[in-house]
Amino acid sequence: MSARVLEIAGAVISVSIMFELLRRRQLKEKYAVLWLFVGIAMLVFAAWPRLLDYSADALGIKSGPNLLLFVASLVLVVVCVHLSWEVSRLEDKSRALAEEVGLLRLEVEVGRTPKVD
Amino acid sequence: MADRCLVVIPALNEEASVAQVVKEVREAITDAHIVVVDDGSDDRTGEVARSAGADVISLPFNIGVGGALRAGFRFAQRFGYPTVVQVDGDGQHDPSEVARLLDALEDADIVIGARFAGSGDYAVRGARKLAIKLLARSLSRRTGVQLTDTTSGFRAFNLHAVEVFARDYPAEYLGDTVEALLIASKAQLRVTQVPVHMRPRSGGAPSHQRVKSAVYLGRVVLALALSPLRR
Repeated sequence: MSARVLEIAGAVISVSIMFELLRRRQLKEKYAVLWLFVGIAMLVFAAWPRLLDYSADALGIKSGPNLLLFVASLVLVVVCVHLSWEVSRLEDKSRALAEEVGLLRLEVEVGRTPKVD
Repeated sequence: MADRCLVVIPALNEEASVAQVVKEVREAITDAHIVVVDDGSDDRTGEVARSAGADVISLPFNIGVGGALRAGFRFAQRFGYPTVVQVDGDGQHDPSEVARLLDALEDADIVIGARFAGSGDYAVRGARKLAIKLLARSLSRRTGVQLTDTTSGFRAFNLHAVEVFARDYPAEYLGDTVEALLIASKAQLRVTQVPVHMRPRSGGAPSHQRVKSAVYLGRVVLALALSPLRR
């Protein structure tokens, strides 16, 4: 019983953290939605542990925890890849900005047009 | 400004040599406009270059040679320079050979000043040598031109090449030289090479030490394997 209370408490805490971050606009909606969804799923499975076993059964997987582990690692891998992709895009953008800043700084220093005659 | 040539010198922590390079370039091509791209150096590279008389594009942080060059290409495009010459800030390239690169630009869009092409006695060994050979062979096949030195940072570009590269110049390590050639061949730019000699560095620390050459080789192989798959 105490394990179940712990699980529910964990799920509630993570959902409320997500909710709070979203409310304070600290987290972009597109990321928050995913974690909210994960948090709610946690809550559901913590409240009705047998649901996990039923779903495992329905999918032909021997035990509930196996299903949980599999789905959790899949989600984490996908999230990591997505974040790497985002970081690469951000790097590209910041590189373009850095180039532009350099060019603009030169133009300002030299007074509009650099020695182009 | 009609046929003025823009000399782009990417420099990272080259305060010891950059002034000399600027001076020599000015002596070699008297009417060139020299732009040093200070790629977020920790030392006084920018100041030194400025007082040597070059215009300096100071990047706010280090973004790699590729980014530094693209800034140069964008500059060229914005102010209408028909030709761009890239010279390293470490003094390894002899600016008196720029004229030969520019001559070869008559019938090519990109001219590479190539080491190991019969001129000079610059030599490398071990994994680095293997890497350079491997790259040369594979890129020669792809560009349809016999190239011996695909990682050389001594190059000349005409208007077509400037247009292509101002838009898209690879940032990744090695990408900047190797992948640029692949982009060039996809854009149907004509690439050629001119043998040049290399001088020992006049200052600063080389960007790759010999201990790192195995890593270098690995990255070359990865870059080669990935490059044809890209877009």
